[in-house]
Amino acid sequence: PRSTHSSIHPQRRRASEGGTTSWHLSNYQLVAQSSRYGSLWPLPQKVQLSDVSFKLTTSSFRIVDAKESSAGPSCKHLTFLNFSCHCVIFSTSTFVLWATSFEGNEYELTVNQPFAVLKAPKVWGALHGLETFSQLVYKDEFGTKNINQTTISDFPRFAHRGILLDSSRHFLPIKVILANLETMAMNKFNVFHWHIVDDQSFPYLSRTFPQLSQKGAYHPYTHVYTPADVKMVIEFARLRGIRVVPEYDTPGHTQSWGKGQADLLTPCYAGSKPSGAFGPVNPILNTTYDFMTQFFKEISTVFPDAYIHLGGDEVDFTCWKSNPDIQKFMEQQGFGQDYSKLESFYIQKLLNIVSTTNKGYMIWQEVFDNGVKLKPDTVVHVWIGGATDEEMHKVTGAGYTTILSAPWYLDYISYGQDWQKYYKVEPLSFNGTEEQKKLVIGGEACLWGEYVDATNLTPRLWPRASAVAERLWSAKDVTDISDAFNRLSAHRCRMVERDIPAEPLFSSYCPHEYKGV
Amino acid sequence: MRVMDSVSGRYTCLNMNYLLLIMIHIGVGLHAVGGVWPMPQISASSPEQYPLNPEAFYFEYGRQSEAQPGCSVLDAAFKRYFSLIFPDYFPGANVRLQFSVNRPFTLEVSVDHDGCDGYPSQESSERYNLSVCAGQASLKAETVWGALRGLETFSQLVYQDDFGSFFVNKTDIEDFPRFQFRGILLDTSRHYLPVQAILKTLDAMAYSKFNVFHWHIVDDPSFPYQSQTFPDLSAKGAFHPMTHIYTQTDVQRVISYARLRGIRVLPEFDSPGHTQSWGKGQSDLLTPCYKGGTPSGAFGPVNPTLPSTYQFIARLFKEVSSVFPDSYIHLGGDEVNFFCWKSNPDVRAFMQKMGFGTDFTKLEAFYMESIVNITSTLNKTAIVWQDVFDYHERFQRRLQSVVEVWRGGCYLCEVRKATKAGLRVILAAPWYLDQPGPTHNWTPYYTVWPLAFKDS
Repeated sequence: PRSTHSSIHPQRRRASEGGTTSWHLSNYQLVAQSSRYGSLWPLPQKVQLSDVSFKLTTSSFRIVDAKESSAGPSCKHLTFLNFSCHCVIFSTSTFVLWATSFEGNEYELTVNQPFAVLKAPKVWGALHGLETFSQLVYKDEFGTKNINQTTISDFPRFAHRGILLDSSRHFLPIKVILANLETMAMNKFNVFHWHIVDDQSFPYLSRTFPQLSQKGAYHPYTHVYTPADVKMVIEFARLRGIRVVPEYDTPGHTQSWGKGQADLLTPCYAGSKPSGAFGPVNPILNTTYDFMTQFFKEISTVFPDAYIHLGGDEVDFTCWKSNPDIQKFMEQQGFGQDYSKLESFYIQKLLNIVSTTNKGYMIWQEVFDNGVKLKPDTVVHVWIGGATDEEMHKVTGAGYTTILSAPWYLDYISYGQDWQKYYKVEPLSFNGTEEQKKLVIGGEACLWGEYVDATNLTPRLWPRASAVAERLWSAKDVTDISDAFNRLSAHRCRMVERDIPAEPLFSSYCPHEYKGV
Repeated sequence: MRVMDSVSGRYTCLNMNYLLLIMIHIGVGLHAVGGVWPMPQISASSPEQYPLNPEAFYFEYGRQSEAQPGCSVLDAAFKRYFSLIFPDYFPGANVRLQFSVNRPFTLEVSVDHDGCDGYPSQESSERYNLSVCAGQASLKAETVWGALRGLETFSQLVYQDDFGSFFVNKTDIEDFPRFQFRGILLDTSRHYLPVQAILKTLDAMAYSKFNVFHWHIVDDPSFPYQSQTFPDLSAKGAFHPMTHIYTQTDVQRVISYARLRGIRVLPEFDSPGHTQSWGKGQSDLLTPCYKGGTPSGAFGPVNPTLPSTYQFIARLFKEVSSVFPDSYIHLGGDEVNFFCWKSNPDVRAFMQKMGFGTDFTKLEAFYMESIVNITSTLNKTAIVWQDVFDYHERFQRRLQSVVEVWRGGCYLCEVRKATKAGLRVILAAPWYLDQPGPTHNWTPYYTVWPLAFKDS
């Protein structure tokens, strides 16, 4: 396609808000040009291109495990791939069943004729390398698949590259979750943060406490995740090198828990009588901690990841304050009127319970902000906008591993190319020492579900999340927004071609438009 | 309660108005018809429910109806609404049980004017009356388009209980639209929209009783409309000349799909601005921009100084008028950037000759007046964006086109001005649904008062 000018400034046609339009020379057309890096996304650390091109045919493509490879035909990962150009020889030196938390995403890819060689220390790196390989293949004007002689040496800048989905505000059918995992893999995301329950609904079918979903889900049969469903998600993710980190957020965000577990939540009082409403988890009852012990024992066996996210955000103290038993307890404990001390009291006990399951935990930043005593390997999740740099400085200053989400709340939408603002975020831009910055292990793009369900999840999340993907994988100095636009446009069309309805960046077209409607 | 109508021999419900009075008086649980969107003008229903059996549900034409079997619009509608009313129902291997036929339900449709083979128009009545009683419902409308509205309403009255059985309550509705022009604009130039996507939108429009599909078909980025008179327009101007075009067949498909849903298709060929893609296949159409004394290589709006421009427009619009049956055509006229015109010496000379001085709004008005005249000779009425009216109210009044208000700010001020000048107005300003966020909120679109401006 021919384009006249490459300016990223969007052509503002008719604006209803604000009263005036911005005038643009109608010459400013924005159709993506080709980048010298083709459609690689995220951009690998080291790419050596050449103009020498080789043709590929489907009939003589082979995947072969190299002799030195310790991953053989039994490695399930390598046989399920559904590329149309599945021909790579590779070797890996170790074979690992489960992705360990942070290692093994690097790979080396050399494309030559008649062999391409993909080397990776772990099978997860090999998966990333295969995705990159598929991105190097392009069609020439005769329709022939080509690939250029290339050498790539790649590894992620950050080890934790996640997407948060919320299946409580709206139930997300399994298919949607699986399709999203597929798209994540195409973008080299490696953590699925499953915010599975919250105030509105409890779709997780617990085998220890089946009443939780029986009473707390939107519908006890059609809007639940059975153990089989959960297993499917975990295995599907595993085959794509994606960890599944579940979040069971307490003590706030728990309205739906109380429907199937009487006495779990605090009864609120209006004056001297219960008002009928309930608040956060009741921190003063022993039954609460008995429940949590049994519940998290189950969770720790269902989800194989080394970490569980325990939430701990946005606890509203009003209900606690109104409850006379709690007031008495506060007195007894000497907390005075400081309810954040009560919150800490609860979280502390919860963290101790979870520790006994041998899992590490992630918590939202409030838990840190309120001075709770945390284990050294706690991961603190920074989400509050406004003073993010300060928070990062504080959290890393206190020695905690940190992940960043504050600038990447993708559930907030706006008119225009907002992917650029996600792309421009620099996670390490805060004041801190080298040691501090090393504690930032990555970040997550969050798609909270108040306004999201199966009808709009994919277009809303993609390709905006791709901007986050590159920011977390590629080198710090990959900031050329014009080149990013060109590559991302091509990458987005590729997602559409793979049947993923990723929304457009700007006025343009894809050779293969989305047909699904 | 069924009473034999002595005149027509048809069963009608007991006069609901009388019933209404009694019910109001007694205070029996009378509730507004819930679940019908948009809300009908006058409606009343009762808790009395009637079961519906998909195996014994019939659409019928009333004996007095002008439309009878063979009426394309209603025949298709009956088939379509049956599936909408009874989703998941398949005439199965189930044996037709005898007693099920004993509880038939008939929806009798009567239309005053045939018009089945025609197209909906600006003047078409969409009024309908719907009465639902035991075993039958009576849908009366002046036109088939009104009948379609009534069918949609009926389909929204049917519900299922927890066992999956279908019911409809005793209801009486008298409905008509407050505004005659209720449209959705889609833009197929910034991104090519596959025909399926357009058809799906038409379906959704019918569910909410929209009746105008404003097809903003071409613009700066691409020209997907395949013109028979000027095939180069799409051959050179579309994103891709084969995969990203609307053939004549595609266009007819959209028009007939819309017609069967009572939706008018209003094409917009926006000029003189927003025409970059036109220039790719029609050289000399756009104004060459100048830098100093020489052409810069860039092009601006349509060149209003050349006779060839108007010859082109006349031939293009002649085709467009015959392809699109609606009697209205949208000519655009928005956001014209004068920079390029100013830079071009021939244009400046033309301005002098015409006595426009340096007022380029006069040049635009001259262009718009010419093309509105062209559309008049083709027996079409023109709709233009408000810019045209804003520049030269006088011209507008002479031309009697329709003004579409889109600019933000005090859009009601604009509506008042235009109506005061005796012009008809379409309001779009508060409803730019492409501008979302930060989180979805439908209420600002709902709480718009289109007529909340002073004056008669």
